[in-house]
Amino acid sequence: MAQRTPSQTVGPYFAIGLTRRVENELVAPGEPGAQHLHGRLLDGVDEPIPDGLIEVWDHAGRRWGRVGTDGGGGFAFTIAKPPAVGSEAPRLDVFVFARGLLRHQLTRVYFPDEAAANEADPVLAALSADERATLVATADDGGFQHDIHLQGDRQTVFFEH
Amino acid sequence: MSEESPIVLPDDPSFGPEVQIDYPGYRSTRWRAPKLPLVSLPEEFHQADGPVYGEGTVGELDHDLTRQHAGEPIGERIVVSGRVLDEDGRPIRNTLVEIWQANACGRYHHVVDQHPAPLDPNFTGAGRCLTDDDGGYRFVTIKPGAYPWGNHENAWRPAHIHFSVFGRSFTERLVTQMYFPGDPLFPYDPIFNSVRDPASRALLVSEFDLATTTPDWALAFRWDIVLGRGPRVTPTEDH
Repeated sequence: MAQRTPSQTVGPYFAIGLTRRVENELVAPGEPGAQHLHGRLLDGVDEPIPDGLIEVWDHAGRRWGRVGTDGGGGFAFTIAKPPAVGSEAPRLDVFVFARGLLRHQLTRVYFPDEAAANEADPVLAALSADERATLVATADDGGFQHDIHLQGDRQTVFFEH
Repeated sequence: MSEESPIVLPDDPSFGPEVQIDYPGYRSTRWRAPKLPLVSLPEEFHQADGPVYGEGTVGELDHDLTRQHAGEPIGERIVVSGRVLDEDGRPIRNTLVEIWQANACGRYHHVVDQHPAPLDPNFTGAGRCLTDDDGGYRFVTIKPGAYPWGNHENAWRPAHIHFSVFGRSFTERLVTQMYFPGDPLFPYDPIFNSVRDPASRALLVSEFDLATTTPDWALAFRWDIVLGRGPRVTPTEDH
């Protein structure tokens, strides 16, 4: 079996190679069902991370996007909420990259207006209430707000990959 | 050398083949490396396919970093090629490979990089290509310079090229760095040494390759990339 190539940090200058194009619109902003998803990437002392990269994948809708965080750690996407698939609640799969992060971290975003589906979701069901709360966005004007905490009391749940 | 340095810890294969994400020598990990145990996902998740880039996303000259401007960049022209493979050695075809790097003087074309070395108006330092039917990729570029960074007293990064690869499933995604053989800065670099197992760390280093060198024009380096699906399986697990 060939041995996997190990990960290294994306570093502070990834914008040269990875975010020169606008790729944060999973659907066009005017399209029916288009919604805003925005949030901040924060470190273990709640400082914003201005050199992070967020990639989102909507497997059910086969839509992908990415964006670098801004000076305040902020990121924003235009999404359409994916459908539920079987017992799995609607969600986005998310990779987080940053300077200081030697390997990218895998997390998810679930939706606050899907309480019943979230209740039945097997991945969410295996988590504590506090852990679940780190994966569910909050409703916001015309969309959703969701912060990602890399460390600390409110650390976001990250998954093995 | 590593025993004397508070920045580079001794090799420790017991950490396994992946990076130690809270490696203390790399200062920026301090408030950024997650501390809680990772949560497992169902196996099916790791087999599910990921985003696919079509032919239209890559321009004809995107793989050649020496031909993206009016003139040629300064520096040592090199060819960097290799294959993207899965753990069974099978080629991963038609997947997007993206690279970015410093110029020959060790300066990035990025507003945050204030290293007082010259920018090169003929070098942006970004390339991309799709792998061919054999999993092959090929870039033409110039050899990046080493550069100082603020991690610790007299800290220098060994010359490297950043690589981003997608693979077929969402979790095959890999972002890493390719190094050049015999770099004297290896023993001093905490990012390189955050892979504590020396055998695994060696996988980050390309090989000089006379066979793919273009006579009278450019030296060549070969570097294969192996992507895995889902969590690494440790040898102690039963299967």
